[in-house]
Amino acid sequence: MAVWEPPPGPLGRGQRGPAGAAARVMPQDTPANVAATFPAMGARRLLVFGGIALIAGGMLFGDIFAVFVLHQNGGRTGEALLAAAHAVAAQNPSGVKAAFDQIGSSLEDRGTKIDTHVHMTDAGYLALLLALIQPYVALSAARKKFLAKLFLLGGVFLPVGIFLIHYVGLAYSPFPVIGWASILADSAGALLITALIGEAWGLWNHFRSMRVGAVEAELPEDRSWERRTLLAGGTLLVLFGFLHGAWYAGAMLYEHEARETRILNAMLDAATANAEARPSVNDYGALQAEKAVNIAAHSHLIEFGLLAILLSFVQPYVFLDAEWKRCWVNLLLAGSVILPVFVLLELRIGLLAGGIADIGGLMVIIALVGMLVGVLRYSGKLDAEPGATP
Amino acid sequence: MSAASKLLIFGGIALAAFGMLYGLHYAVFVEHQTLDSMGGSLATAFTNAADRHLPEAHAAVAAYGETKYDYVRQVDVHSHWIGLAMLMIVLGVAIDGTAFGERIRFWIALSLLIGAVVFPLGVILQTESHGSAFASGLAIAGSALVIVALAALVVGFARQNA
Repeated sequence: MAVWEPPPGPLGRGQRGPAGAAARVMPQDTPANVAATFPAMGARRLLVFGGIALIAGGMLFGDIFAVFVLHQNGGRTGEALLAAAHAVAAQNPSGVKAAFDQIGSSLEDRGTKIDTHVHMTDAGYLALLLALIQPYVALSAARKKFLAKLFLLGGVFLPVGIFLIHYVGLAYSPFPVIGWASILADSAGALLITALIGEAWGLWNHFRSMRVGAVEAELPEDRSWERRTLLAGGTLLVLFGFLHGAWYAGAMLYEHEARETRILNAMLDAATANAEARPSVNDYGALQAEKAVNIAAHSHLIEFGLLAILLSFVQPYVFLDAEWKRCWVNLLLAGSVILPVFVLLELRIGLLAGGIADIGGLMVIIALVGMLVGVLRYSGKLDAEPGATP
Repeated sequence: MSAASKLLIFGGIALAAFGMLYGLHYAVFVEHQTLDSMGGSLATAFTNAADRHLPEAHAAVAAYGETKYDYVRQVDVHSHWIGLAMLMIVLGVAIDGTAFGERIRFWIALSLLIGAVVFPLGVILQTESHGSAFASGLAIAGSALVIVALAALVVGFARQNA
């Protein structure tokens, strides 16, 4: 089965070469075989639009969270832990319980926001992945479009529901432990699962019938500079992320686990001896920060790598001139390196590194929006061509 | 679709399904109990300390450490199986574009598949016997296979012809 058909014209081989040579290659007429893979408001188009928008939205939320919530939340958790240590010193078990309730609330606040960020971006990744496999989903165009809408609806409401869990709580809920926000999140999750089962059913139909070719036009082959750079750069980012994770697991994980127990014991010893517990609380906070930056660097390197690889497949649909396409690719890869590197440096140079990391995240968001604009322009051009059906 | 591509795509789908089933089982039958045990141990440690029962407080901190050791690895296994599966599916779509012959592509795909299965398996086996050399060796061997396969793919993508 020929998976990739090389498209003629500037979206394929014509864009190779140094930046200067291709600097003013303008988007031209859409090759017919590329256009055939992107029908007006078809499932693939919805998934590409929705996927990029969800990823950009999830990243923007993550950036806002990092700037306005993360450090403040860490401070509140530390204060609550200190209050627990003071309650121990005062031999006040009910004070301990109150402090732990406060810690639980802070952790829920932080956890639901991280989950909102992760679920929104991951739903976007899955949407782009589904866009890739559409040629092998043996269902009618209407059903594929319905599944795509279902998936995107779930992809939007799942993170919204997760975000609201901390604020809505159990208010007006008919259930003793599940609030309305959890019900919204779970219902959205069910929509996602239903859509994925539908897609899997379509794939099963395709391969069970032993079809030789795809059921619809496949994604066009594109060996442009943008495609190759995103593929190689993305895989390199994943490799770096994996190497960092392996290093962290081998060199730091066990030491961190042992240190956490040691610090907690020291905190209790200090509190029971009526000594100052703040140094232990500070040590505990520093350890949590050390863990958090390492895990964040590892996961962001891999997620950005995966994002770059996924975006390499939609480059034929980015209707911008070569200079702008390269600009967004370079910005995306630069931001993908800056964010995790400066997150790691936050331990050494403090908030300045945090600010630079946030700028790295913003660079990725801008690149994503730039590419989304290119895809929108492409869609508009296709739909405006003679004979196009709305 | 080449053999390497099929291996990565179908292996990835199977691994993702397995990772999700593991996650579902974990969420329903294990996670809440583990979280309750972790939170409970920590709160018990502080309450015992407030009552000046220090040996019990230290024992509760030790229990917290043991439970957290398992929890971290159980969650990591779930996310790494699914993450590696997604990576395999995406790379399966792209692998035929690398600047390698079919035979090398197949070996790269096989390394990635074996590494993606074995690495998290080694991690989860560490929870059965804390500090097990066999489990750690399995995890290291699996991650080495993934690293080698990814490095080869970087070279393959960078060298592909326009």
